[in-house]
Amino acid sequence: MSGHSTYQPQNHVLKWLETRLPIGGLIHSSFVAYPTPRNLNYWWTFGGILSFMLGVQIITGIVLAMHYTPHVDLAFKSVEGIMRDVNYGWLLRYLHANGASMFFIAVYIHIFRGMYYGSYKAPREVLWILGVIIYLLMMATGFLGYTLPWGQMSFWGATVITNFFSAIPGIGETIVTWLWGGYAVGNPTLNRFFSLHYLLPFVIAGVVVLHVWALHVVGQNNPAGIEPKSDKDTVPFTPYATVKDAFFMVVFCLFFAWFVFYIPNYLGHADNYIVANPAVTPQHIVPEWYYLPFYAILRAIPDKLLGVLALFGSILILAFLPWLDTSRVRSARYRPLYRQFFWLFVAVCLGLGWLGAKPAEGIYTVLARILTIYYFAHFIIILPLLGIFEKTKPLPNSISDSVLGAKA
Amino acid sequence: MTMRTFIALTLAASLAGFSAAQAQDHGTPVPPPQKWSFSGPFGKFDEAQLQRGFKVYKEVCASCHSMNLVAFRNLAEAGGPGFSEAQAAAVAADYKVKDLDDKGETIERPARLADYFPDPFPNALAAAAANGGTVPPDFSTIAKARTYERGFPWFLIDIVTQYQEQGPDYIHALLNGYEDPPQGFQLPPGGNYNKYFPGHSIAMPKPISDGQVTYDDGAPQTVDQYGKDIAAFLAWAAEPHMIARKRIGFQVMIFLLVFAGLLYFTKKRVWSAVH
Repeated sequence: MSGHSTYQPQNHVLKWLETRLPIGGLIHSSFVAYPTPRNLNYWWTFGGILSFMLGVQIITGIVLAMHYTPHVDLAFKSVEGIMRDVNYGWLLRYLHANGASMFFIAVYIHIFRGMYYGSYKAPREVLWILGVIIYLLMMATGFLGYTLPWGQMSFWGATVITNFFSAIPGIGETIVTWLWGGYAVGNPTLNRFFSLHYLLPFVIAGVVVLHVWALHVVGQNNPAGIEPKSDKDTVPFTPYATVKDAFFMVVFCLFFAWFVFYIPNYLGHADNYIVANPAVTPQHIVPEWYYLPFYAILRAIPDKLLGVLALFGSILILAFLPWLDTSRVRSARYRPLYRQFFWLFVAVCLGLGWLGAKPAEGIYTVLARILTIYYFAHFIIILPLLGIFEKTKPLPNSISDSVLGAKA
Repeated sequence: MTMRTFIALTLAASLAGFSAAQAQDHGTPVPPPQKWSFSGPFGKFDEAQLQRGFKVYKEVCASCHSMNLVAFRNLAEAGGPGFSEAQAAAVAADYKVKDLDDKGETIERPARLADYFPDPFPNALAAAAANGGTVPPDFSTIAKARTYERGFPWFLIDIVTQYQEQGPDYIHALLNGYEDPPQGFQLPPGGNYNKYFPGHSIAMPKPISDGQVTYDDGAPQTVDQYGKDIAAFLAWAAEPHMIARKRIGFQVMIFLLVFAGLLYFTKKRVWSAVH
């Protein structure tokens, strides 16, 4: 995808194919010869890890769907059937349930890495926006999937989230009824959620192709945040990036396996082992951990419609990041003030996540309001002003200079 | 400098919330942690304990609590209480299940290995009517469906220590948590005071007393021991493949560690050319 390929197959069959469909050249130029900045650190391996996790989720999901029944009377039972009677069904389900969390851990690291090193700045705006779209699709997919086991949190989580749309003035109630396929979350809801949960990962895969395409057009950003100037600044993707990605992917798998085999229910909620009961509301309805910061923002705002708008706004504002950050310098390495504000922002996101798991009362609501205001201020006030007032450090002349400088 | 600011802020925020959490706690004590044979990376169920727990379930709990996702055949499967197939079949034969005969008439016949534990009540309404309006919860997944708030920083430490036994700890504590309500506590009608139950008013009266179930392996016949045994049995019922999971997990970890090591040295070798 980048430049013309130097790929010249020797094999006759491959030669024949290449003159008709140059797929070998495409793979070669994208994943072998593709020049990658030589100074990439391990934070850059999460793109590969995310592709891997998408594959894990699709493969385990397809097999799970062979054993799952999307019906209100049978869903919980069929999931327990997978846990008890399907060969290695417990492994498939725990891989899939924890895999979703690992996918989100990886995507959060990937997003924060992009923020720290300014990977969203020109010419990578489209690449970044495609990433935000993937993240939104992931959130939708994760939410739909959490509904499928039809436990108490599945049911009540689905009820709370779909009720967001009732905040729309005038037509809100109609939209919610349309989403549910009835007058409450019920069998039609479960059926369509299953259908959409199966569909969206393939939509994600499609947008990932666009994301990778855009990446290969503009090239990777790097810790120095300056463009490669000569061949000395880059190394070929294979073997350099391939082996580095592979190593860290296996390290990530160690972390993944720790959860799957030893604490498989740590990231879940105990109430989801109780079959859904529309007559009994759980004491605290809590979404999965990866939505908690946004849930805290929603509940911090006393008005329902404004709360829902703030929730969606807090995600959509990411798409405008390339224009909200006015600094010309990409990497936080050369932005001493931005670096402080970046870590403060990370702490605020973690704080919001922690508050999202707490009841919305007393001191928690006060804290959630302060952090919500800060969250938006980071994008709307701090980033635009920093670009104007911050005194940045001098940039290195080239990537190879920055590597040699760091080593000296 | 920046990292320190970050940690300090995170800690400050957590502590502020933590003290708030302490303040609004309504005096529900934390279940005392027990020693479980099945905790940790090499944990295994103790067959004798599961058999005792099953005895408690059968003689006491089963009169009100269903366990309808567990089949009699499960009792004889690897990683469980270790009954032989003949023993499990004998257990099944003590239960009656509904079926149809050749003419399509409803009959009751002794249960077989393939049958699931039959419900003690014909339906939820009957169960509620017989129990003061509350349906006794099903036992199949209850050891994973009960927990208690761990709070900061324990919820992070649990990742490292692999603490996954909140459910069994809670069940054991609950069975030992019946006492007289403290002065001034308004117990709603039909409620029973329990120290560990959220809100303290539980519909279930004290279900078991010392000496109620006879053990023939010399284990103490106390509520404390009954509580441990039934909690262990329920942990197995909720997660019948736990032993296999941890065994395979160890093999996977070893494989991944070796693989990661090999890839690390490969990476070093490959990159040595450009460094």
